[in-house]
Amino acid sequence: MLTEREPYYRQPLLRTPFHARMREFSQVDCFIPWSGYSTVDVFTTMEQEYFAIRNAASLYDLTPMVKYRIAGPDATRYLDRLMTRHIAKLPVGRVAYGIWCDDSGKLIDDGTVFRFGESEYRLCTAEHQLDWLLDSRIGFDVRIEEVTAEVAALALQGPCSCWVLRTLGLNGIETLAPFESRAFTLGAMTLLVSRTGFTGDLGYELWVEPQHAESLWDRLMEAGRTRTIRPIGSRALNIARLEAGFLQPNVDFVSSGRTLRNGTARSPLELALGWLVDFRKGHFTGRRALLQESQAQPLRRLAGLDVAGNKPAQNALLYADRHGRREIGSVTSAAWSPTCKRNIALAMLAAPYFETGREVWAEIYLNRELVWERRMVRARVVERPFFAPQRRRRTPAADF
Amino acid sequence: MSDTPPSGAGRTSRSSAREPHDVIVVGAGHNGLITACYLARAGLRVLVLERNPYIGGAAVSRELYNGFTYSNCSYVCSLLRTEIIRDLNLPAHGLQIIPYEGGCTLMRDGGYFALYDNHDALRREIARHSRKDAEAYDRFVRDMLRHCMFIKPLLLRAPPEPTTLTPHGIRELISFGRHFYRLGEERMAETMRFWTMSCADLLDEYFESEIIKAHLAGSSIIGTALGPRSPGTAYVLLHHYMGSIDGTVGAWGFARGGMGAITQALSAELRALGGQIRSEAPVQRILTRHGRAVGVQLASGEELRARTVVSNLDVRRTFLESMAPGDLPDEFLTQVRNFKIRGSSGKLNIALDGLPSFPAIPPGAPCIRGDMHVTDTIEMLERAYDDWKEGRWSRQPYVDMLIPTQIDPTMAPPGKHYMSVFVQYCPYQLAEGPWTEERRARFGSTVIDAIAQHSPNFKDLILHAEIRTPWELEKEVGLTEGNIFQGELTFDQLLFNRPIPGYAQYRSPIHGLYMCGSSTHPGGGVMGAPGFNAANAILGDLRR
Repeated sequence: MLTEREPYYRQPLLRTPFHARMREFSQVDCFIPWSGYSTVDVFTTMEQEYFAIRNAASLYDLTPMVKYRIAGPDATRYLDRLMTRHIAKLPVGRVAYGIWCDDSGKLIDDGTVFRFGESEYRLCTAEHQLDWLLDSRIGFDVRIEEVTAEVAALALQGPCSCWVLRTLGLNGIETLAPFESRAFTLGAMTLLVSRTGFTGDLGYELWVEPQHAESLWDRLMEAGRTRTIRPIGSRALNIARLEAGFLQPNVDFVSSGRTLRNGTARSPLELALGWLVDFRKGHFTGRRALLQESQAQPLRRLAGLDVAGNKPAQNALLYADRHGRREIGSVTSAAWSPTCKRNIALAMLAAPYFETGREVWAEIYLNRELVWERRMVRARVVERPFFAPQRRRRTPAADF
Repeated sequence: MSDTPPSGAGRTSRSSAREPHDVIVVGAGHNGLITACYLARAGLRVLVLERNPYIGGAAVSRELYNGFTYSNCSYVCSLLRTEIIRDLNLPAHGLQIIPYEGGCTLMRDGGYFALYDNHDALRREIARHSRKDAEAYDRFVRDMLRHCMFIKPLLLRAPPEPTTLTPHGIRELISFGRHFYRLGEERMAETMRFWTMSCADLLDEYFESEIIKAHLAGSSIIGTALGPRSPGTAYVLLHHYMGSIDGTVGAWGFARGGMGAITQALSAELRALGGQIRSEAPVQRILTRHGRAVGVQLASGEELRARTVVSNLDVRRTFLESMAPGDLPDEFLTQVRNFKIRGSSGKLNIALDGLPSFPAIPPGAPCIRGDMHVTDTIEMLERAYDDWKEGRWSRQPYVDMLIPTQIDPTMAPPGKHYMSVFVQYCPYQLAEGPWTEERRARFGSTVIDAIAQHSPNFKDLILHAEIRTPWELEKEVGLTEGNIFQGELTFDQLLFNRPIPGYAQYRSPIHGLYMCGSSTHPGGGVMGAPGFNAANAILGDLRR
């Protein structure tokens, strides 16, 4: 068995400060790589973990999320140049979801920006991209460093998550508004809590120094015991994020930093993220291209689909007609939603088929004990999110 | 108490502009509400009448003890058709079905048998009792799934009428015949055998271990006045197996907030569609004129008119208690009287001060989050039935007990628990005399003692208990004899024989009077299919 001290060429994946705890709870040894770390895909069963998110409280190790500290007198100006949102408007103590593009207005990545002070930020992203961040720094007085290993992070998500934090002793946690962050002292540890998450439900993300990681895990598991808190893996989270209508990098779009072929990079407008682009704030990378694109007729756009039947339309080609004569796009993510009891999908669709209410046809292949069947299944373009419970926004947050 | 709809979404019917309602549904159970929703969706003006101050029939959540919500009657969900949940937007109205991970039987010798949804865990658990049975279980599941595949297409459609002459009826009959013919000779024979055999015989064909057979046999007698050795019980087993949650066939789960969440979501959808619900409006009589339904008369004397009346009540209550006998043909009435709807179950709902300990179960095993039982042999189950035949409740009853609050955070304060205990067998009429408060309490004690044998601190944790015999189920819910399926699920009362031969298609001898309760095909279990099929039959007649 490989130990913690193995050289990187024998054990390429890093372990998060929660690794020992996750080993303990893992029943089926389903670990997967994520940004250079080993993380859990499934602990016990995907279904039970999924329902922890939607019914009670779930714990997800978020440490591999790439984190950058961005600070210095020009930090705000720098971020406003990098990102498409107006960061100068983000108050201290708040968090914003945002994106950044290359000069042709194609999406590089999305992430969350935490504003800790006038000129102190943390940027959390899915992919490593220090090179792009540093290259974009030219002319700005700003320090950028990766701090991924210095911060242990847990996502506590689900309708009981506020109750669990209150039980843990975080007084006043229920008043924390969505996209707000606040520091709490818990014994010897300082805990940063943000009301953010990837589930579209009531939930929090907890950020702490790695030496306190196991103690935080243990205290959360104890506090949530009567509310059946359970650790969850990436597979359950993926269903929840799809219900919430969130995009997964390299699933629903490929970062323009990785695309080889012409026409496969996507702009924020094509990904229906136009609401994150602020043309009035001044110049930002990709502005000219996006402005031009926004003035032309859209060619394609990401949309939500409600697919008939119950077989997920994974990777399905989409057609304008039942006979499959006119191809108009493809599905990027698909799943049966256990909460909506609908067969949902995200799809990239050519104009004008992305309009809400449009009917399209999905080509689905079914494996009937190795006898394959092809089905043309009706699908309807619907608004996202597929699932948006009121508790996700309600402040003060409820107990369940 | 009356509810007015937010908007009149229903358009005026061409045939009955004078009357404020096109359709009156008697009873706000889940099937009544489902029928009402589909009719309202088709543009009809629907009024649902409920005699209780609360709606839901046997799919109801009530707070009878401070801070605790009980699923007072039905308590778990699997059969409710996903098509209906989806059609009627029930998730948008707050309905969430959460599957549980397994179940167990506690044995008299201190041992246990657990069922897990994890296949590898289950195989090792069965192998603890019999290595052969661990392998046999896969074959058993395969065969059950085959039976499920046969029956599934028959659920959301009216059963074919064997003597029909209408073009539609003949098409349906041919379609059913084809479906059966496609099974092939061998499986056709298997299917016929299966539908008529006893559960004990069925399980003997697969398993050698008593405890495994006893655990699996439980769902073959739930709600049924038969024992595991009675012919026909294999089908009842299948009836509890043919549901699914999120594609997992045979999985059962909790409705978050109790089973009332189902009927609450249905009523929200019905109101959104412009339908109305009046509670505390008991129907005294379904009114007819010249062989046609014309409306209902409430106990208060108030008369409400509609050209279509749909009864969510069971077939006996509909035709024997809610109609003038002279309105119906004699032979029909005889058949209604002969419909088997015997009471055999009781129910305890218990508020607990903490989670009871079950020393037999290893710490951390998730099987206590599912259905728990204390009957460890088929023999013990059959003896429990013998007691019922002799007019007394089982001295060692079969219990199907669950503690949903281990999963659902909404039903009890943190750290406290609600336990639902379904009890088989409990007669409607006792040999020793009528049900009294004292006898009901003794029945409750018998059940509590049976559980306490496996849980030393159980009795100390009890804060409150609702004890319901068939008598209470009849009086409070309205189910004849307290039969949970509105009529037993035996082969003589299934398909085109349910409820009455010749009247298996939701219609009655009275023009404009329909049935939509579980007395009709495909039966009970909070499936919703009768309500769906009834709506289709009505809309077909109204050509909508």
